[in-house]
Amino acid sequence: MTTTTPAPPVAKGGADRPKTAAGRVRRRLNTRVASLVSIVIAVLWTLPTFGLFVSSFRPEQEIKTTGWWTFFTDPQVTLENYQDVLFGRSSSAGQLASYFVNSVVITLPSVLFPLAFAALAAYALAWIKFRGRDWVYIGIFALQIVPLQMALVPLLSFFSQGVSVGGVQIMPAWNLDDEQRFIQVWFAHTCFALPLAVFLLHNFISQLPGDLMEAARVDGATHPKIFRTIVLPLITPALAAFGIFQFLWVWNDLLVALIFAGGGNEAAPLTVRLAELAGTRGNEWQRLTAGAFVSIIVPLIVFLSLQRYFVRGLLAGSVKG
Amino acid sequence: MEFADEAPKLLMLLYGLVAFVVVVGGLLLLLDAVPNYFARRREQRLIAASTAKGGPGGDGPAPAARPRRGEGLFAAFFLFPAIALLLIGLVVPAVRTTLLSFMDGGSVNWVGLRNYGWMFSQPEILDVLANTLMWVVLVPLLATSMGLLYAVLVDKARFEAIAKSLIFMPMAISFVGAGIIWKFVYAYRSEEQEQIGLLNQIAVSLGGEPKQWLLNSPLNTLLLIAVMVWIQAGFAMVVLSAAIKAIPAEIVEAARLDGVNAWQMFRRVTLPSIRPALIVVVVTISIATLKVFDIVRTMTNGNFNTSVIANEMYNQAFRFGQVGQGSALAVFLFVLVIPIVIYQIRNLRQQREG
Amino acid sequence: MAVFTRPRQALVIASVLGIALSAAACSGDDSSGTNADSPECAAYEPYKGHDGTEVTVYASIRDAEADLLEQSWAEFQDCTGIEINYEGSGEFEAQLPVRVDGGNPPDIALIPQPGLIKRFADAGKLKPTSADTKAMAEKNYPAEWLKYGTVNGQFYGAPFGSNVKSFVWYSPKTFQEKGYTVPTTWQELIALSDKVVADGQKPWCVGIESGEGTGWPATDWIEDIMLRENAPEVYDQWVDHGIPFSDPRIAAAFERAGSILKNPAYVNAGYGDVKSISTTSFQEAGLPIVDGKCTLHRQASFYANQWPQGTRVAEDGDVFAFYFPPVDPSRGKPVLGGGEFAAAFADRPEVQAFQTYLASSEHANARAKLGNWVSANKGVDLNNVANPIDKLSVQILQDTNAVFRFDGSDLMPAAVGAGTFWKGMIDWINGKDTASTLTFVEQSWPQ
Repeated sequence: MTTTTPAPPVAKGGADRPKTAAGRVRRRLNTRVASLVSIVIAVLWTLPTFGLFVSSFRPEQEIKTTGWWTFFTDPQVTLENYQDVLFGRSSSAGQLASYFVNSVVITLPSVLFPLAFAALAAYALAWIKFRGRDWVYIGIFALQIVPLQMALVPLLSFFSQGVSVGGVQIMPAWNLDDEQRFIQVWFAHTCFALPLAVFLLHNFISQLPGDLMEAARVDGATHPKIFRTIVLPLITPALAAFGIFQFLWVWNDLLVALIFAGGGNEAAPLTVRLAELAGTRGNEWQRLTAGAFVSIIVPLIVFLSLQRYFVRGLLAGSVKG
Repeated sequence: MEFADEAPKLLMLLYGLVAFVVVVGGLLLLLDAVPNYFARRREQRLIAASTAKGGPGGDGPAPAARPRRGEGLFAAFFLFPAIALLLIGLVVPAVRTTLLSFMDGGSVNWVGLRNYGWMFSQPEILDVLANTLMWVVLVPLLATSMGLLYAVLVDKARFEAIAKSLIFMPMAISFVGAGIIWKFVYAYRSEEQEQIGLLNQIAVSLGGEPKQWLLNSPLNTLLLIAVMVWIQAGFAMVVLSAAIKAIPAEIVEAARLDGVNAWQMFRRVTLPSIRPALIVVVVTISIATLKVFDIVRTMTNGNFNTSVIANEMYNQAFRFGQVGQGSALAVFLFVLVIPIVIYQIRNLRQQREG
Repeated sequence: MAVFTRPRQALVIASVLGIALSAAACSGDDSSGTNADSPECAAYEPYKGHDGTEVTVYASIRDAEADLLEQSWAEFQDCTGIEINYEGSGEFEAQLPVRVDGGNPPDIALIPQPGLIKRFADAGKLKPTSADTKAMAEKNYPAEWLKYGTVNGQFYGAPFGSNVKSFVWYSPKTFQEKGYTVPTTWQELIALSDKVVADGQKPWCVGIESGEGTGWPATDWIEDIMLRENAPEVYDQWVDHGIPFSDPRIAAAFERAGSILKNPAYVNAGYGDVKSISTTSFQEAGLPIVDGKCTLHRQASFYANQWPQGTRVAEDGDVFAFYFPPVDPSRGKPVLGGGEFAAAFADRPEVQAFQTYLASSEHANARAKLGNWVSANKGVDLNNVANPIDKLSVQILQDTNAVFRFDGSDLMPAAVGAGTFWKGMIDWINGKDTASTLTFVEQSWPQ
């Protein structure tokens, strides 16, 4: 906030600069307490998931009658829960791979489209001067509050009946079937992701050094050119950051998928399948635990492997010019 | 199930990606072409103007405003895809919901403000509103301070990456999954039996009696809030940690040479420097909290006086067929976000001016 | 059950996950070869003529039971060439209105709530059945069942699967050991409960937690007792709001239910105090019967699916159920039950053909043969019903002397039947008094 130095935003190299001797001593003293507190928090945060993880390998009867910590005194391990969830009892057994493919097909475009559209919009709102831009921005920001649930019916009827005004059809119905239903899902996810995406990206883009833009404009660069050559490279990490969040949301989504992808293995993602596996009348811990883990695994891998970009993205974004 | 079955899906994915490249690439290409066209037209117009009487045309604004019109066009193109999608996906539904909130359960007859009257006269709906308030105050506060504390603590620690992944992990879990995990933590078995829930096991081993945690209000709401805090702290931590790392090293160094202690450093250097990031975090979490739905539905379904607006809205509109009442609750949700919007406007003004 | 106690489980797990993600090429699929002219297909003659069409079916039935359902109409598909596209969802009740309002309804929905049928019929979304379907349903189902699929004189949905709710589960083995006998009157039921108390145990185990449906098992108690204390007409009036929810007769039913449900000496065997009822899941609730910790558990016929693997469900087995005894013998033998109705949102000929088939006794028998199914269809051959509890249920449903009534909460408007009635029961169990519970529900009844 206070600096006005146009420091190059990618100043990540010097994260661990050598410090003065006094500073180092003070650090040592603080680290003891700091690490203790942080370990306590970390344990608190991990324990519930860990308990579930352990439970997912315990036989049904054990899960229902004893706590997961008894596992350490009386280890009984079964893979049946996972077998149940992954291969199931029903005819769709072994089709989990198919649902997995669906999840991937749903997720990729549902991350890319909102990112691109939001980046364009955020740039316009931050660096192009036009009348009413603040109001447009605030409007988009406020749209975050529209509950997804209330948007399902109108959007579904947009797909299934098209748009007609006063009885005149101005847009035909889409009539999408089987794997074409992916289009609906992408569309829905893109719509719903935009307000938050615009808000977050605007926050990054508007904090890029203004001098940079000015200089480019003086050189006669047009907005598309500035966007492509200056803004885009600078916010790539921020895009990666939001991309991860969007990925997590889309991957974990159940509601949108239920309505727009249907329940069949042509288009429904993993979450739909796992919800179905929870059993017709079932509140069955053994399947829920294993199912939860199957659904967690991919987002976790994605986060762990992209974490670097993520942090770098936010780093670049928060540098204020 | 063979690869042949998957091929059409992958083909769809390919189409989707091609569409992406075409749309986004095409848009940028178009935007490069348009300014050239405008530049040419402006030239022509300038020539035309100079050959005529020399005054500005009927367009009114002085020459200074001219680039502005071009700018507006650019903005329109940049904004077009987002605005179009938002109109279809969110604005139309929002307007429709507002209209429905003045209609009856079957969306047939207009009933004026009856649904709003219902909302504020039912004691259990008032409880819902009170619960929502509790959520929206506590979650952003606790999640942000937890995230901030942790971000500060592990900053530059030895196992920073791993430590951060642990806190971030709940973010990777769906709300439903989180609900399941915590239902398991709060699970109850009678005294004679072995406990399967961690919380009760702790209570028992400390000599207490096992409790039905989710039964008693308002403790149950606090326990549900804990789940949301558990999820959102990771988000706060990651964003704030990055902001902390972005504080220019010179400032930190200067402050350190001044001999400030850790607390002063935090108050005077860290906090002001990460203020924009802090605002983003609080605003984002607040809005997510207002809309919280899956956690309550999975864990108590709003029973035992734990319901929140989003949950009640879903029940009324979808399960009970009372679309009017459900919509009225949704509209009230819009209203609740107004303070945040106003704050955001002020913020934006400050930013634009400073 | 594969129990691994060796180390390196992580490796095994990893490989299982790996297989799951890569195992794509396994099962073949050869549904393409229709053999419409084979002798088995003669029975499907009336439904033919729509080769190459598709009918979508949507219901709340999932997983293993959905497989059995799909198997039951596999032959229909092969013979008629009509492809049945089935989808089951746990979010059925909430998602169906969204799909219908969004203009994307399934062709046929198997709806368990007559109240929901009424809502869609009133809104003009449902299509009345064809004359064939109606005739088929009239041939196969008792008039009281047809009533539930009829709205304003139009017939919309033929009954499909059913269940009997008036059952009390017990362990024949324990009964024999302890010398208990199956009660046939309310007095005997209470006497038995007291005997169990005297033997130092709580007799009843109850659980009403059921996710977003928490509370429904308690409403079944009230409904069952309403039918036992009053004439069926009073029950109908109650359900239609002909009498207020706060009527003294309903209060009386609550009190009688409370004499068991809110009696700390009687409940909650194996789980704790009265309040534990509202947090015990209904799926788990009866399980202490197997360990002998609980003696009596009132729950519908479908609870047969909840017993742990290896539990023998039979009159002389580990668990079985007896008829929830009558209070007033002069009222006869009232039966509370539930079931689904096949209602159509489209009137294409192939949809009507399939709807007719679903109402036929051929389908009912085809499904019954696969096990785990009960229907009020009069054409169901008892020999096709293997499971003893299902057999007993079918017998009860086919008994012309029994007074059958449909689950009241499924008939009431959803705001009450799936809302305040459930919620009211939870609060009532947790200590709220009967009068204020009844007022609460009464006030919520939509105008």
